[in-house]
This record gives sequence, structure tokens and C-alpha cells, in this order.
Amino acid sequence: MAILDRHKILETNATLLLIFSFLVVTIGGIVQIVPLFYLENTIEKVEGMRPYSPLELTGREIYVREGCYVCHSQMIRPMRDEVERYGHYSLAAESMYDHPFQWGSKRTGPDLARVGGRYSDDWHVDHFRDPQSVVPESVMPKYAFLERTLITPEYVEDLMSTHRFVGVPYTDEMIENARADFRAQADADSDFDGLLERYPGAQVRNFDGQDGISEADALIAYMQMLGTLVDFSTFVPDASR
Amino acid sequence: MKKSDHTSEQGYGTTGHEWDGIEEWNNPLPRWWLWTFYLTIIWGLGYTIAYPAWPLISQATTGLLGYSTRAEVAEEIQRVEAANADINGRLASVELTSLVEDPELTQYATSSGAAVFRTYCSQCHGSGAAGVQAAGYPNLLDDAWLWGGSIEDIHTTITYGIRNEHPDSRYSEMPAFGDILSDEEIAQVVNYVQSLSGASQDAQLAAAGEELFVDNCSACHGEAGEGDPLQGAPNLADAIWLYGGDFETLTETVRYSRYGVMPNWDDRLSEAEIRAVTLYVHRLGGGQ
Repeated sequence: MAILDRHKILETNATLLLIFSFLVVTIGGIVQIVPLFYLENTIEKVEGMRPYSPLELTGREIYVREGCYVCHSQMIRPMRDEVERYGHYSLAAESMYDHPFQWGSKRTGPDLARVGGRYSDDWHVDHFRDPQSVVPESVMPKYAFLERTLITPEYVEDLMSTHRFVGVPYTDEMIENARADFRAQADADSDFDGLLERYPGAQVRNFDGQDGISEADALIAYMQMLGTLVDFSTFVPDASR
Repeated sequence: MKKSDHTSEQGYGTTGHEWDGIEEWNNPLPRWWLWTFYLTIIWGLGYTIAYPAWPLISQATTGLLGYSTRAEVAEEIQRVEAANADINGRLASVELTSLVEDPELTQYATSSGAAVFRTYCSQCHGSGAAGVQAAGYPNLLDDAWLWGGSIEDIHTTITYGIRNEHPDSRYSEMPAFGDILSDEEIAQVVNYVQSLSGASQDAQLAAAGEELFVDNCSACHGEAGEGDPLQGAPNLADAIWLYGGDFETLTETVRYSRYGVMPNWDDRLSEAEIRAVTLYVHRLGGGQ
């Protein structure tokens, strides 16, 4: 068994063993990871996807900060029961601007991938303030402080630049107008034409119904756009994917 | 390391290793285990041929069985849809008003409507459909209807929703009377409204509020406060309140008005599903 004898060289030499183990893991990693960057079915282009608007992005940061992903997934799996309950299964492209993605791994609460438009803004305000007031069976904690915490777009350009650094196609124009867009989206009386041009389909209104821009405004703006960008009445899934 | 000449009872030698006089029998792996191991390798290779596996230039191999998750879920949905195609087709095309005359359709719609209700409606209207008064989500069990309780009215409300961004959405906008009436006048009107349903009220204030009511409220809510479902104006003469009938709540309602929103469901639910949940809601107790 000559090959086993040669293997003995590795087994008796710790440094060589380390180097070869590393090589094996590298090859395994390359085979599994690299194709994801070029295979067509993992980089499917879908019409309608756009980067988050400054207010939505801020809401998303609050979502991440509060650890919503611990109880809520954002990933409708391709199974009939999930599609019936939550809507069209999630596409890879729908999280293309998510850094980090919020797929989650546990559903103590329902999936939120398509929660946009499903409830009224008032419902979200009531529900964040006291979830049991609208859903008595819920075990969700109260987030009443969100509507009391006013926020400013002080760091939103930095936030967007960071996202651009990791690959989100924010343009210079988007970053220059970030603060104005942030404020415009929370005010239905604002001049929001530029906002809509930069972020098609963005919803503009006072989300929490109170004066000032609060964390609840940002989070509800994010909630109300989740899963709404792709028009599934015209989208035809490629079955081979 | 010297080669040992020991042999075990089964006749196997040692591995040749020796540490401080301790040696190791070179027992072979059990035959069944070894064959299972080889079989899993062969099965694994076969699996990668049968199912999508190896990444190539633009896509991975599709596998001989042509399996794909998307095709599978599409097929599964198709299968269920095909099984229900007949009855869903009948449900979606029958005259709304004659829906209840078909017992089979009624039974089907009520039970599938219950499932739709639990999934899409219960978060606001409650799993028992009793609504949440504190937040203004209407009770669907009583026979008070903001926009009408006939099966057609309910169907329209569910399809297009209320005060949302859908162009056909139901829409009504009570003015915020805080800008129009003084605090005293609001108190008078509130007391008058309370008197309509016989709730305890300050008779003097109520009497003073009657004229204010006729001038400001009766155009929508009616001379006697009976409401108008065509405009979504609630009946103020019954003891059923959307947000509450106490003085504080009514004052807030008159001062700031209320704009409850219901989403439109025409883009989320099929016509058959909308009709099913319409019938379910209609049969909850208050259908007209």
C-alpha cells in the first residue's frame, strides 16, 4: 500500500498536515462558493429592484438593531403552504441590496418578506406600541419607544456610502440628496418628485401619523415596502432555476 | 519501530505501532460497514447525476430527472388549483347575490373563507372577528356596517379596501372639527350625539348641540344620526361605537376625526378567495 505509506508522511508531519488540510478546505470552499458568483440562476436579474431609499434604509438599520430577524424571517420558501400564506416565494434578487441579508432562521413570528401593504400604517403603529392590543395571541415585546424616538438623517450619507462600498449602486446624486430624500419621504406635503425618480415606487407619507420623523416612521416605511418592488403579475419565473 | 509478531485470536496482526510496549490490533472494518461506505459513495455520484449538482460555465448541471424547486412548487400549486378549479370557477362567476342559494358553494366558500380570514384579516379584526375598539378596527359580528353589510357591499370593501392608495378604494373624510368648532361647541355636539343612543349625557349641553349637529353633521350622518353606508358615515343613534362612545373618545373623534385604513386585497387574493371570505364575513352574524 504505497499510497498509505506516503500518507504517513503527512500524518507524521504536523506542518505538512496543516498545509494540506488547508488546501483541501480551500478546494471545497471554491467549488461551493465561487459558482454562486457567476451562475445565472443565482444572479437572476429581476425588474423593479432598487436600492433602499434613505428612510427605508434607516428603518432597516432599526430592524437589524432590534434583532427582528431573531423571530421574523424574510424568506418565503418555495413550498405551496408558504406561498399560500405569504405570497410569491422570495427571489434571490429581492435581497440583492441587503447587507446583511435578513433571511433569518426562525419564525417565532410570521415571515415578513412581503408584509408591505398588508396592514395599514395605523396598524403598525398600534402593533409596535403594544402588539397584544391588536393580536392578543402575540408574544412580541412592545416597541413603544420607537414612536417616541425622533431621528435625524445625520449619518445617512455615511450609511449609504458604506452600502455603496459593499456593492449597492448608490449614485453620487442619491448620496447628495440623502438628507432631503429622508425628510421628504416622511412628509406627504413635501416636494418628493426627485425622491420618486431616484427610488421608483417609494411610498411617501407620515407613516406614524405624528409630528417629526421618529424611528417608527423609518421602520414602518421599511415594513411597507418589503416585498413590493417586484411586480409578480408580470414576473414569469424561469422554472429551470 | 519493530514489527510485532503478535496475532490476535481472530488471526489478525498488529498495526505495527508500539508505544511503551502497548500495541494495537489491526482489526479490519466490519464488512457490512465497509460495503455501506462504498455504496454511499456510488449513491452520491448517482445523485449528482440525477439531480442538479455540478457547476458549469453558466449554470449547474440540471440532472437527468430535470428536478427544480420552482417547477416542483409550481406543479404542486397547479395540482391543488386544478383540483379546485371547478368550484373556484363557479364561485368566481356566480351572481354574488345568488351565492347563498347553492349549498355546496356556500359550504365550500365558508370554510375556505375562514382560512382566508385567519390568514389575512384576523390581525386587525381579531381571530374571532370581534375587532379592536381601542384601535378602531370594526367588529364584524354585529349588524352595524360602515359601508353596508350586503354581500355586494362587503365584496367591494374587501376587494378595494378603505382609504388606501387604490383608485377604487372606498373613501370618506370627516373634517377635523377642532378647526371648525370651539371646544364648547364640540362638547355640546358630543353630548347631543350621546343622547341619540340614550347614553348618559348633560341634557343642557345636548340640547344646545342639536342645532350644531344639524348644521355640521347631518349631511353625512343623517338628521337622526342614522348614518349613511353610501358615504361610510357611521350610525350614531345605535349603541355601537367604532372607537368608543364615552365623552373623551367622542371628543377626540370630533376634534381630530378618524381615518381608519383597510388595504385592498384585489392584488393579493384571487376573486374566488375574496368571494369566499366575503361570504364568511357575511355569515358571521351581521350580513344584510
